[in-house]
Amino acid sequence: MSDDYPIIVRGLNHWFGSGEARKQAIFDVDLKVVRGSLTVLMGPSGSGKTTVLTLMGCLRDLQDGSIRLLGHELMGAGNALNEALRRRLGFIFQAHNLHGSLTAMQNVQMGVQVHQLNDPKLEQQAARHALSLVGLGDRMDYLPGNLSGGQKQRVAVARALVGNPDIVFADEPTAALDKESGRNVVAMLKRLGEQRGTTTVMVTHDNRILELADRIITLEDGRIVSDTKPA
Amino acid sequence: MSRLLQWLFGRLPIGWLQLTHSRTRFAAAIAGVAFANVLVFVQLGIMNSMATATLKPYDFFNADIMISASDANSMTEGGNVARQWLFQAQADPEVTLGTGIFVGNTNWPRPTKTLGLTSFGIDPTLPDFLSPVLKPKLATLQLKDSGILDMATRGLPPEEAAAIRPQTPASFEVTGKTLTLYDTFQGGGGFGGDGYLIMSDQTFLSLFPARSSAAPDHILLQVKPGADPEVVATRLRDLISDKSLRIRSYDQAKADDLSYQQTKRPTGIIFGFGVIIGVLVGIVIVYQVLSTDVADHLSEYATFKAMGYPQTFFLGIVFEEALILAVFGFVPGVLVGTGLLAGMKKATNLPLAMTWDMAAIVLIGTLVACSLSGAIATRRLAAADPADLF
Repeated sequence: MSDDYPIIVRGLNHWFGSGEARKQAIFDVDLKVVRGSLTVLMGPSGSGKTTVLTLMGCLRDLQDGSIRLLGHELMGAGNALNEALRRRLGFIFQAHNLHGSLTAMQNVQMGVQVHQLNDPKLEQQAARHALSLVGLGDRMDYLPGNLSGGQKQRVAVARALVGNPDIVFADEPTAALDKESGRNVVAMLKRLGEQRGTTTVMVTHDNRILELADRIITLEDGRIVSDTKPA
Repeated sequence: MSRLLQWLFGRLPIGWLQLTHSRTRFAAAIAGVAFANVLVFVQLGIMNSMATATLKPYDFFNADIMISASDANSMTEGGNVARQWLFQAQADPEVTLGTGIFVGNTNWPRPTKTLGLTSFGIDPTLPDFLSPVLKPKLATLQLKDSGILDMATRGLPPEEAAAIRPQTPASFEVTGKTLTLYDTFQGGGGFGGDGYLIMSDQTFLSLFPARSSAAPDHILLQVKPGADPEVVATRLRDLISDKSLRIRSYDQAKADDLSYQQTKRPTGIIFGFGVIIGVLVGIVIVYQVLSTDVADHLSEYATFKAMGYPQTFFLGIVFEEALILAVFGFVPGVLVGTGLLAGMKKATNLPLAMTWDMAAIVLIGTLVACSLSGAIATRRLAAADPADLF
């Protein structure tokens, strides 16, 4: 079951704040994500897309409901399981979240080092290859401060993919990219799904890439209001 | 450096890269840690100098057991001891030799300042009770109204002290009598007097007419080779009928004096607090430096946490930073601390100096403080969900 559906969400509810300020952000969300697919989460700001994404990516503790990620239940999961699962995921954050003191290559290298290969040469080789794939072979020794927004985003993509993840969670990965670069990144994720079976869940407002999606889920006010497959 | 650390840690030296990313901030952090080190060095230096100064007069003598009055908390304080106990102590089969020493304060009026000299009167016919430094100068003490002066006396110019020789003695009046200084020895100013003066017991008694030869300040004893002074002292406590006397091994007397100076006297307590305050301020500084650094990189650490790095990885980074800051802050800290202590020594003539022990204690202390500070600073990261920290 988990091989076919690496992500299974059932009865997911989530709240933010406490006391009188406590507010429910996610209402009874159910969904299954097929292995190797590219699923897009859409919806207006504040609809709960990123919250669902971070809950599925074990970046937040679950409060109510169930998420089975790669065959493991996240409700009540301890640090060790969370860490082990996170190592099998790739994250592309909207704000890049690159480490400002590390070069592009060192940032990408961090994506391999987490697997504790203990082989710096192999790590560097993998990082170089990943950066070349996103067209940054000539910017490896640049610090993030010296890269454009689009270049930073591509470094973040390389960092997410270098560890050969089972699932990629991407939050607005094309926001800082021009049309062609954005399409290239999403096409690459799509190709990974087809070739390696890598599953991608992506939050986006970018209508230009929707045609590449296998499935589009729309959220509004914390609820799934539509779940479609583009023609 | 980066490659060395990568080889050392088996991973990217993120701590080093983070610290050196902004040279100005790195320099400020090092300055903060160095300042904390200097603070502790100065306080430790003063504390150590008190210990050295307290024990200094014990170095002038060579004894195994010391008998003192009940209120004699230090070598220069307290009442007298009846000489009869010296004779009684000598009845012990393992006591080989005994003598009484007299202690008083002599003032040497000088044009600019009157020097207060802690003075010891000893029996010049018993050279075995004197330290090897003083023993060769004993002959001069057999001259009437003569003394040998501490060349490190505070307020006495070194060249003037060096000029005091048997051929060119210095004299001054004490209670209407002329005391002549024929020689000097290496003593060292303390927190009490400006320096030390050694004279014969006869000279002492002539300068202090109120004192009696039958009541020295302390009785010093020597025991047979191989005899345990602690055992003999215990036996003497049973033997001597005046139970109020403090009969201790010479080493125990030193330890008691040091403990008294450090824990009972206001100066010792104040210096002790100085060390504690110095350490606390040092900890606050290194905590501030490291916690600010962790706070500045929290979102980056959260990203690593989201990638699956465990808490031990972040502790590793912080310990790496702690090690770098501790070592880089220690080097200027020890240099400035050494310079400051040397300057203070010159100004006060107190035995202030940087020692290997102090340097090692401060380096280890800084490492521990930096590591603990960093570990505390990463607690928020450990407790929070990565998504809340981006």
